[in-house]
Amino acid sequence: MMAFPESLAPPAAESKTGVSRLSRSQSDRIGNVLAHVLLATGSVVFAGPFLWMVMSSLKTQFEIYYFPPKLLPQTVQWQNYMVVFRDQPFARYIGNSMFVSLCVTSGVILTSSLAGYSFARLRFPGRDRLFLLYLGTMMIPGAVLLIPSYALMIELGWRDTYYALIVPGLVSAWGTFLMRQFMLNIPKELEDAAFIDGASRLRIYWTVILPVSKPVIATLAIFTFMGAWNELLWPVIILRTPEMYTLPIGLARFQSRFPNQTPWHLVMAASTISVLPILILFVAGQKYYVQGIVTTGLKG
Amino acid sequence: MTVASATGPAPPQTVKTGWSEMSGLARREAIEGYLFLLPNFIGFLVFLLFPMVAAVYFAFTNYDLQWPPRFTLFQNFQVMFTSNLFWQVFGQTFYWAFGMVPATIVLALMLAMLINRKMMGVLTYRLIYFVPHVTLSVAAAIVWLWVYHPEVGFLNLVLRNLGLIGPDALLAEGPQWLLTRRTAMPSLIVMGWWKGIGFAMLIFLAGLQGIPVELYEAANMDGANARQRFFGITLPMLSPALFFIMVTSIIGAFQGFDVFYLMTRGGPANATTTMVLHIYNNGFVYLKMGYASAMAMVLFGTIMIFTALQWIYAKNWVHGFAD
Repeated sequence: MMAFPESLAPPAAESKTGVSRLSRSQSDRIGNVLAHVLLATGSVVFAGPFLWMVMSSLKTQFEIYYFPPKLLPQTVQWQNYMVVFRDQPFARYIGNSMFVSLCVTSGVILTSSLAGYSFARLRFPGRDRLFLLYLGTMMIPGAVLLIPSYALMIELGWRDTYYALIVPGLVSAWGTFLMRQFMLNIPKELEDAAFIDGASRLRIYWTVILPVSKPVIATLAIFTFMGAWNELLWPVIILRTPEMYTLPIGLARFQSRFPNQTPWHLVMAASTISVLPILILFVAGQKYYVQGIVTTGLKG
Repeated sequence: MTVASATGPAPPQTVKTGWSEMSGLARREAIEGYLFLLPNFIGFLVFLLFPMVAAVYFAFTNYDLQWPPRFTLFQNFQVMFTSNLFWQVFGQTFYWAFGMVPATIVLALMLAMLINRKMMGVLTYRLIYFVPHVTLSVAAAIVWLWVYHPEVGFLNLVLRNLGLIGPDALLAEGPQWLLTRRTAMPSLIVMGWWKGIGFAMLIFLAGLQGIPVELYEAANMDGANARQRFFGITLPMLSPALFFIMVTSIIGAFQGFDVFYLMTRGGPANATTTMVLHIYNNGFVYLKMGYASAMAMVLFGTIMIFTALQWIYAKNWVHGFAD
């Protein structure tokens, strides 16, 4: 499941004499201890805020203000989570986020794999120039498209709708690029065999290309889902009614509703809920996540 | 980004002949090619290419959504370049980007080298350092708002316990980290490190693990010390990863929005307003959409210049860099 076996670290060169081998492994061990000390210290800093969030979500409101602070709650307050779901429409926010993210993810996989297949394996006039155009747009900052996209949504009457959250996200230049790169490497023989059997192009795409493309589909799915789940700026612009809120904006509005007396225990509970799905997704699919980074970043 | 030099086998040659000279089979393949592309291309056209063109047009107009855009030539840019606030925001965007990126890269590289060893717990460490990156930005903002909270915040709690805050101490009162002009941006930058290091670390790890072991063996044979191994092998071999992180981090940092919108709303006194927040405020709060579009163009130009500069200089230091 993990992408990098721990044994891949460059081993120290074996020396022939026993004496220097001993000193070598000794210095390795000292190095390891030192590394552990440094990494563990860093872990406290990195995991600290996150751990505090989870722990605070299980405390009473007053406990959070205790001085000096304690990490563990005196008695675990599971009801904070119930309160969040009962008094706040967080179930609705999660449902919205889930729906939008799933739609965007499946849409991007479909459009990217179709186009990636076309760019990688079919011949047609203007193909390479068109692909270059796709690559060019990968550099456009999202902020540039914000205003025209918003104007377009108004024009279409899509403000405050799921359409606005989903449809513009259905196509990804990066996803198309990722798919194409992967599909270039699929052996031609696979396709040829099906072709000789008289399979149509669509059938080849569906029964030959897509099944062998599972790893890259997983990569694209994870990145797209995470991106859609975390998106804040676009929903902030496009949404008005609280029923439409996705999780990030719902959480942000919930927190800012109490400018002076923040109920930290509830806010932290809501935050914990918001992080959980993405954390599970990452832990389950981190191999593909890393693969995606390597494909775009390092092989290029 | 890395795209122009993308390797891998070349796709089948494009058809050079004209439409009429193509065989029936080739013509059929071409039609299929277009059809497979179609759903993607429609979206690409409507939601990427068309808005891009419109963005350029809006930049030269006066536009407020109520009335059709009115062409005003360079007025938006004139107003922008004579606005003190714009230059302040422009500078602060650089402050943020260059406060964030170099430190993140150095720390991430150190971290990756520490983690890239044969020892227990490596995978756990990797996960811990990466979690901030996948944490919802709103959740991260909420936790860090609490960390920096003047009265009940964790940071001041620690300082108070260390005796640095108190009637007779260095500081009579706890610093108002996010509410003071001088400390607001640095506070956000530190949080940015926390959120960004894990991602860069992951890329460095992937790079480190791609370095052939033989190189180190050969160097050890020649009696190279750790320092020579680092500068002679590790760093050059990591240069593609380093280049990728530099380019993407700078682009990302210039576009920062969430953290400013959520934690300070650009305050105090605009001290943490950066380009995208400024664009958002002008476009969607004051409805000066033409002006905001012009600003977006400047942001685009700035990003392009930085990316281009990095590409140009890349061949001097990036290992195996092909144009």
